[in-house]
Amino acid sequence: MAGLANRINQRALAPWLFLAPGVLMFLFYVIFPVFQSIGLSLYEWDGLGEKSYVGMGNYVELMDDEAFYTSLKNNVIWLVLYMLAIPAGLFIALFLNQTVWGIRLYKSLFFFPFVISQVVVGLVFSWFYDPTFGLMNVVLKSIGLDAIAVLADERYVTYGIIAAGLWPQTAYCMILYLTGLNAVNPEQIEAGRLDNAKGWKMLWYVILPQLKPATFIAVVVTVIGALRSFDLISIMTDGGPWGSSRVLAFYMYEQAFSEYGFRMGYGAAIAVVLFLIMIVYIAGFLYKMYRDEQDN
Amino acid sequence: MTRKLLRNVATIAATAALSSSALAGELVINTDTSDPAPKAAFEQLIADFEAENPDVTVTWNIFDHEGYKTSIRNFLTADAPDIANWYAGNRMLPYVNAGLFEPVDDVWEEHGLTESLKSATASMTIDGKIWGVPYTYYQWGVYYRKDIFDDLGIAVPTNWEEFKQAGMTLSDNGITPITIGTKYLWTAAGVFDYLNLRTNGYDFHMALTRGEIAWTDERVRATMNNWMELIEAGFFLENHAAYSWQEALAPMVQGDAAMYVMGNFAVAPLREAGLTDDQLGFFQFPEITSGVPVAEEAPTDTIHIPANSSNKEDAKRFLAFVARADVQTKINKTLGQLPINSGSTVADDKFLLAGFEMLSAADGGIAQFFDRDAPAEMAKAGMEGFQEFMVKPERLDTILQRLEKARQRVYN
Repeated sequence: MAGLANRINQRALAPWLFLAPGVLMFLFYVIFPVFQSIGLSLYEWDGLGEKSYVGMGNYVELMDDEAFYTSLKNNVIWLVLYMLAIPAGLFIALFLNQTVWGIRLYKSLFFFPFVISQVVVGLVFSWFYDPTFGLMNVVLKSIGLDAIAVLADERYVTYGIIAAGLWPQTAYCMILYLTGLNAVNPEQIEAGRLDNAKGWKMLWYVILPQLKPATFIAVVVTVIGALRSFDLISIMTDGGPWGSSRVLAFYMYEQAFSEYGFRMGYGAAIAVVLFLIMIVYIAGFLYKMYRDEQDN
Repeated sequence: MTRKLLRNVATIAATAALSSSALAGELVINTDTSDPAPKAAFEQLIADFEAENPDVTVTWNIFDHEGYKTSIRNFLTADAPDIANWYAGNRMLPYVNAGLFEPVDDVWEEHGLTESLKSATASMTIDGKIWGVPYTYYQWGVYYRKDIFDDLGIAVPTNWEEFKQAGMTLSDNGITPITIGTKYLWTAAGVFDYLNLRTNGYDFHMALTRGEIAWTDERVRATMNNWMELIEAGFFLENHAAYSWQEALAPMVQGDAAMYVMGNFAVAPLREAGLTDDQLGFFQFPEITSGVPVAEEAPTDTIHIPANSSNKEDAKRFLAFVARADVQTKINKTLGQLPINSGSTVADDKFLLAGFEMLSAADGGIAQFFDRDAPAEMAKAGMEGFQEFMVKPERLDTILQRLEKARQRVYN
């Protein structure tokens, strides 16, 4: 009798014991800080002195802050345009998915931008865009066009940085699709051939459905990549010119931690807004996972 | 930025490890002197101090110059060193208000610093107390290509008309009059400060940065209109928002631009880039409104004792040492800057001598710098506005209204 109770105890306890380290870490490093940030966003605090409670004051100020709307708009542009990495990655993967001599070398060259640090990518593109000696403007001038100072012009700056970000992101999607393509069932392709499927139709109806898991992961990492587009902005423009290339993550950093910032409460309020945006996406993501599991 | 973040994390970890519990006779010094000249200067300074005070062992932590601005907040509260360097004026206000710096009036009195460091007293005083010891400062002004001016027969301009005329002559010859890189914003504040000091004077500059004057005031507008004249005449380097101040040195070295409104620290890289003292000159920013007493900009660097220091005794000895005339002479020779102590001698360098003479004659007053006189948030908003104005001068009204909105929030 005692033995049975023990075994039941073990069965009930063991999973929790194994889960405990992960759960504790998650609670302490993710869940707890989320609530702490929400709490902090109700205060005004410079990180040194006393906190003073301001209620919704930070949010009210946020609603009347041009810089906040600029950042929000840029975040949306990032989310939309960053998605280009997915089709671009797919086509490069299709192109590289062949057996010719030296293909491994080409594949690694295409993957290279993802391996180097974002900081280096940012620097390379800053030089590429440089209004006087940058490659882009040298080319533009040689065909008789005027130089464009991409990173100093509020109209182009966000697009310029996104283009830089797409370079490594495309490589990432490419590698996801390359592995996906390895798993494509040759029998189904054969069957498609017999039914006279070719080119686009073959791609759309036979290949792509089989690449669905890869596409799903590619969308996830691209959305995450777009939302944490922080290092490139910091390296290439530092949020400028006059703050027109900021995104929410960067604006939060600027308000809370940069040289002229240290408005912890206001930074926390921005973080909360960013969190709310992310939660919409995460909820959709969880819902889809749940539905897929139900189907199975 | 990841790099910066990592660095900050690393420096915080390093401080925690390095400065745990200072022993008696052990002096922990944190500085941001990561650039070559300041690093060499402090190395020498600390070696000299140790030689004179064999009973004190110095532990010296060098922080990255930019990372220090974030780290100082952490180490002042969590694990304070005995000495930390920082800047005079409003930049030290948050730490004074939070009670993180120790007042050092006793050191000033005991060693007669009220006399020898008199010129910096105002910028070191908050709430009637003195909060540190200044050890160096440097002038701002116009650095210019003397050879180009000579070739085109331009004399050094001393007033606004001559200045604009000089710029016209340069433009007509295909040379950009003033080079500038505003990517990191503060360079534009240097131009604003000088235009404002010359248009409205020192007292107005101080009142404006203290938040006592509306940004929509007619006098601010007068400054901006003077600036507008230069912008519309194509005075400034094209696409300046894409460059840092170092990148903006290149056109001047290549002879595509002829002037740079800058601090004296620009001399070292210009010399390194190959400009000789015959090619490079310095002049005082020209007069705009006649009758306004001449004021200059000369940021002061300082050392402080954190309130949580565990060895204030020796820290005060170090402060007194740094304040001494001969010590300041030596350290500033290495730094290529000006000593504060009136008994010190200025290094034999034409820019330093010119700067020293200019600052000694500045009867209007000596300002620190826009981002040291104004509180951080106002400084940030202001400098962003200046950058935008330099590219889109037609937005002047919108920009001034935005700054006014920021003023009403920041100073309340």
